[in-house]
Amino acid sequence: MKKIVIHPITRIEGHLKVEAIVENGIVKDANISGTMFRGIEIMLLGRDPRDAIVITQRICGVCPEPHACASVKAVEQFVGLSDSITPNGILLRNLILATRTIADHILHFYILSGPDYVDPARVANYDGDDKDLSVLKSFLEQGYSKPFLPRDNIDYKLDDKTNREVVSHYLKALDIYRKAQEAATIFGGKWPHDAAIVAGGVSQKVTADLTTQFMWRMKEIADFVKNIYIPDVIEVAKAYSEYLTLGKGCANLLAYDGYLVEGKPLLNGGLITDIDKYSEIDIKNITEDVTSSWYDGDPVYPIEEKTNPSAKKGQAYSWIKSPRYKGEVFEVGPLASILATYLTNSNARVTELVDSSLAQIGGNIFNMYSIIGRHLARALEAEILVEEAVNWIESLKPGEPTTTEYNSPKDADGEGIGLVAAPRGALGHWLKVEKGRISNYQVITPTAWNASPKDKDEQPGPYEQAIIGLKVSESQAPVEILRAIRSFDPCTACAVHLSTPKGDLLGKYKVV
Amino acid sequence: MKKQQVIPVISIQGQNCTGCVTSTLCAEYPAIKNILLSDIIPGVKLDFVFHPNLMTASGNLAVEMLEQAQGQKDYVLIVDGAIPIKDNGIYCATGEKEGKKYTILDEVLALTENAFLVIALGTCAAFGGIAAASPNPTKAQSLGDVFLTHKINKPLINIPGCPPHPDWLFGSIEEILLNGFENVNLDDFGRPKTFYGKLIHEQCPNRAYFDEGKFAKKLGDEGCLYELGCKGPITYADCPIRHRNGKTNWVIGSGAPCNGCTQPEFPDFLGDFYEKIIDVQVPVNERK
Repeated sequence: MKKIVIHPITRIEGHLKVEAIVENGIVKDANISGTMFRGIEIMLLGRDPRDAIVITQRICGVCPEPHACASVKAVEQFVGLSDSITPNGILLRNLILATRTIADHILHFYILSGPDYVDPARVANYDGDDKDLSVLKSFLEQGYSKPFLPRDNIDYKLDDKTNREVVSHYLKALDIYRKAQEAATIFGGKWPHDAAIVAGGVSQKVTADLTTQFMWRMKEIADFVKNIYIPDVIEVAKAYSEYLTLGKGCANLLAYDGYLVEGKPLLNGGLITDIDKYSEIDIKNITEDVTSSWYDGDPVYPIEEKTNPSAKKGQAYSWIKSPRYKGEVFEVGPLASILATYLTNSNARVTELVDSSLAQIGGNIFNMYSIIGRHLARALEAEILVEEAVNWIESLKPGEPTTTEYNSPKDADGEGIGLVAAPRGALGHWLKVEKGRISNYQVITPTAWNASPKDKDEQPGPYEQAIIGLKVSESQAPVEILRAIRSFDPCTACAVHLSTPKGDLLGKYKVV
Repeated sequence: MKKQQVIPVISIQGQNCTGCVTSTLCAEYPAIKNILLSDIIPGVKLDFVFHPNLMTASGNLAVEMLEQAQGQKDYVLIVDGAIPIKDNGIYCATGEKEGKKYTILDEVLALTENAFLVIALGTCAAFGGIAAASPNPTKAQSLGDVFLTHKINKPLINIPGCPPHPDWLFGSIEEILLNGFENVNLDDFGRPKTFYGKLIHEQCPNRAYFDEGKFAKKLGDEGCLYELGCKGPITYADCPIRHRNGKTNWVIGSGAPCNGCTQPEFPDFLGDFYEKIIDVQVPVNERK
């Protein structure tokens, strides 16, 4: 029996640590810790509700626009605006959010997870004419190797040719990520940390010039997703086929509706249990448990939470809380969105993509609950979104309004909830306002669900369950554990947030 | 083998959101792949010896690399994110090896020693930023404040912005490599004047509206955004000229008020983001 500690886990967003107990090469137990804390929710108290749209984006610079979308929905519900956002406003938000999601999935597969599966240091013998690979070869020949080397032992399985191709796509992915940033900035004003998503709509106006600029960038990104990203995921799935059964996790999935158009979601929300049993979700059943987290308090519905940070709490090991649904552990992410849509037969294209890609890798729906299954679901979500984005662009009406006028209720009390299908899964913002100022703000992020520590019933979170039982290689940082964790696309700055401390801070932030 | 100068770059992260990284990953000319693999300026190569979002190594090996890098001389240390000092810095634990635990505060104190240049990337590292927003629950500090407390005397430049434009980072590095740190003109807040030398307001295409008194009353209106909370009159940066993300757009260009993200006050201005600024004298056109 030995304890393995991996800290930092690199190539993710934020600060994360894993402790694993290993016996005879098998992980017997695991603790996942979020190790950084800021207290964003405390900072929001006493501010103008609209300022949450600016500030909550700074929870995460990898996925800020989803926070903007969740926050703006909560604010609009509070103001009573939810049903009067213009079609242009809704489409622009969908486009900004979809572009972010597509970009994040590409960044995750190539730049963050990529080096677990492909070896950039193995192109030294390259003699072809790909410009990027030639530059990389020359870089290696001059004796450079960082940030790719050194590394712990990794069992790379792609043949030389496929490895080279995927490495060249690693470099191309950086270009595509930049082009996605440009596309989203056309309507969002800035990326990361969007400026144009505002209460009432999107401040950027729609013109034929801008929609065309956006369209051509999206076409280039779509080409990359369809002809490079998806085929690469399939290649990796075939070469690393044992990962189609490893890292299954809790096998309960939860999603919120994603990308509403005329009131209908493109991707379905809901719950999935027992592999393929779909049921509707009622968010009233969500609570956050803090048994193993550095906070005090009992599990309650988010907007009612009043808990305290407790940095020296004995049995705790994480700044991440444990969101639970009816007390049960649920995993969120593109896997949940894709399967919720697939199992309800609500989008023929999703059904077709899931069936055809599973056929290509020789798998079935059980294999979606795996390390590779998560990568595949992410790629399929990107494909659905690039296809749908083109329709949304064509539906934009140049010259028509993008914002709706409203009166900011100066001294009102009220609440609002914003739910979004974010790149990493179900994201919820809960807002409470008293006398026109924020009196409580709660965020439950996708990574809080997935990276949550053990709860009062000692149920490990989804990351922990995905690691427990894994057979690991002899290494101080076994790649099997890292592949499992990275398959969730961790975003720990998102996951670590905090509830209102006891005692009301309202009014302490004096606005002159 | 080309004869060239190799400058190690160590990039570490405090209480951050990784937005500074996702922004600088999208550098254009040079693109990030050029910066990683080729000379940044002729004859000078940056060697990214430690970067948490790009490096293959994790865990013990990563900590070992940091310990080794510390023994090197004359590297550039880039820090993004703030440094919490409450409770000995436990609010940002960054690594662990054989039971020895590191916080961002430990890393900063250890790694500044042999650096020839320290860069505070983003408003959190430069001024505290979002991480230090009122009531600053973790006593998050800027790099400059940590330098003051610990009497560290190293060349430090601040590259604020939430996030900073990639040109502000790489352009500043290029300027230092070409002209020397001592010849780079910094303002009172340690920002290179090349990028932060003028107010947004001085360069804003909506300035004529301001001078005419034509103000937008709600978002989406034509006119200067001053009454909707624009912080352009008190914010130093070249956004109106440089724009963002491949010059596709910028904040005020998208019809939204500037939120003053390069300023030390961000995000705790005296008024709300969408309320007219009240705490400064706004420079007005001399004709008026």
